Amino acid sequence: MTALIIATVSQGLLWALMAIGVYITFRVLDIADLTVEGTFPLGAATCATLLTAGWQPIPAMLMACLAGCLAGVVTGLLTTKLKIPALLAGILTMIALYSVNLRIMGKANLPLLTQDTIFTLYSFGLDKATAQLAIGFIVVLLTAVVNYWFFGTEIGAAIRATGVNPHMIRANGINTDIMVVLGLLLSNGLVAVSGALVAQSNGFADVGMGVGTIVIGLASVIIGEVLFGTRSFKNCLISVILGSIVYRAVIAVVLQMGMPPNDLKLFTAILVAIALSMPLIQSRWRKFKKDRKAAN
Amino acid sequence: MLDIKHISKTFNPGTITEKVALTDVSLHLAPGEFVTVIGGNGAGKSTLMNSIAGTYPVDTGTITIDSTDITKWPEHKRAKFIGRVFQDPMMGTAANMMIEENLAIAARRGKTPTLRWSSSAKEREHYRELLSGLHLGLEDRLESHVGLLSGGQRQALTLLMATMAQPKLLLLDEHTAALDPKTAEKVLSLTKSIVERQHLTTLMITHNMRDALRLGTRLIMMYEGRIIVDVKEEQKKGLQVKDLLELFEKAAGSELTSDSLLLS
Ligand SMILES: Nc1ncnc2c1ncn2[C@@H]1O[C@H](COP(=O)(O)OP(=O)(O)O)[C@@H](O)[C@H]1O
Ligand SMILES: [Mg+2]
Repeated sequence: MTALIIATVSQGLLWALMAIGVYITFRVLDIADLTVEGTFPLGAATCATLLTAGWQPIPAMLMACLAGCLAGVVTGLLTTKLKIPALLAGILTMIALYSVNLRIMGKANLPLLTQDTIFTLYSFGLDKATAQLAIGFIVVLLTAVVNYWFFGTEIGAAIRATGVNPHMIRANGINTDIMVVLGLLLSNGLVAVSGALVAQSNGFADVGMGVGTIVIGLASVIIGEVLFGTRSFKNCLISVILGSIVYRAVIAVVLQMGMPPNDLKLFTAILVAIALSMPLIQSRWRKFKKDRKAAN
Repeated sequence: MLDIKHISKTFNPGTITEKVALTDVSLHLAPGEFVTVIGGNGAGKSTLMNSIAGTYPVDTGTITIDSTDITKWPEHKRAKFIGRVFQDPMMGTAANMMIEENLAIAARRGKTPTLRWSSSAKEREHYRELLSGLHLGLEDRLESHVGLLSGGQRQALTLLMATMAQPKLLLLDEHTAALDPKTAEKVLSLTKSIVERQHLTTLMITHNMRDALRLGTRLIMMYEGRIIVDVKEEQKKGLQVKDLLELFEKAAGSELTSDSLLLS
């Protein structure tokens, strides 16, 4: 039981970086960015390939991050400079990344059996599960602190305002195109690091491991917001991280209850669809109740 | 100060929705001039203002501010010189950010953003002082989200934001039209005091003829994409609404009927 909880929480933490990335595009920039479906395996592929080539885990992960940032910039330029709608721009990069990821790895699946990973190299004598939990916690804490600082700076505030009201921020002299590109860069960099962590945890990188990334990210964001609030930016960051953990817990529970693992993506999609339609359902329900009252 | 020479603007040229919005408009503003702009719906007032602000490019002509030709500058670059308040109270502020964050952005208008933390204790003190000048009790609500404010409060805040980093030119597009009369009056008198105190060169569109006469040092009227009346300071002083209507009819020609004015 404890083992299951530790495993669930550490999975939640490793995926939380991805959820923060999705939060940055979906909530901060107000863009549904599908690039992440490609940058998650991109991060995994880059990291796994470099580890196999004898790199140390931390430099390998930094390269994975850089690759993710580049992918984000590509989507950003497609949507700002070439005026391709953001959703489509993300899809284009995502599809392109499928080929890129295959090229990086040279095959569809790259196992990490003998290589040192961040979890084995920095385990400090802890067993594998506890090491994952500890390292996951440290990485997430670091990411959260850096994000909190960054979005409080002038550039960070300008990115947030770009998502809320591009008219206002242009009228204040900010180039919104640059802010959109920066936001996508940061988001995809984080998602790639998440992919790199998950690959090291799973012991392999797979070209198909990005399928459903966006939906898992959205599920984490929405669960977090509903359960833990959205009062301030700090609150939102914490909510998203906890949301990612709760999502893993929900998955663990339904699997324990006997749901076939193949149905997980269907389950998650339905969960997110319901959550996203909540505002509409709520207002309909209120109107329905009011109308009934009026009719009586 | 502001020098507009022969600008024209046609929307959707060559399509069935083609619309000529500005035809050969020229306008020169001296430093410190406060010009009110009136004209019926669709006369091209907003298009004139948006052309100056760079929301879209003009087809022909040039726009110069203090001998800098800004005709080809993108909107965000022109913001270095221009402060703006829109008709829609939602447009000028970022709703789900704090008052303090909105002010911090406005205080840096035209500067390249850096990785400095966005506002210091000293700056917050300064914001509090500025806000207390609005007499809306906002000085104690620096950390409130702007989305919680009323339309009038948001317009007052936007006005403050547009002027806190001294602009060379202030553009106001019917910025009180969406407010109830009492609030509109408050925001107008605030406008007057800020413009006077900071000696701002100002262009203010209004649909209210009395406000157009009461405020400012000069008045222009637009009709079908042209400036058809331009009343300077001395002449403007004695002017009544009925004189204005007369001027308008004479300038616009006989096809004008009183109800096509829409100049309540
Ligand atoms: N973005 C736009 N696209 C197409 N037509 C526009 C656009 N903006 C304004 N127009 C048209 O240009 C004309 C002038 O509009 P506008 O400048 O908004 O008038 P005013 O502010 O004086 O009421 C109107 O006929 C309007 O329909
Ligand atoms: Mg208008």
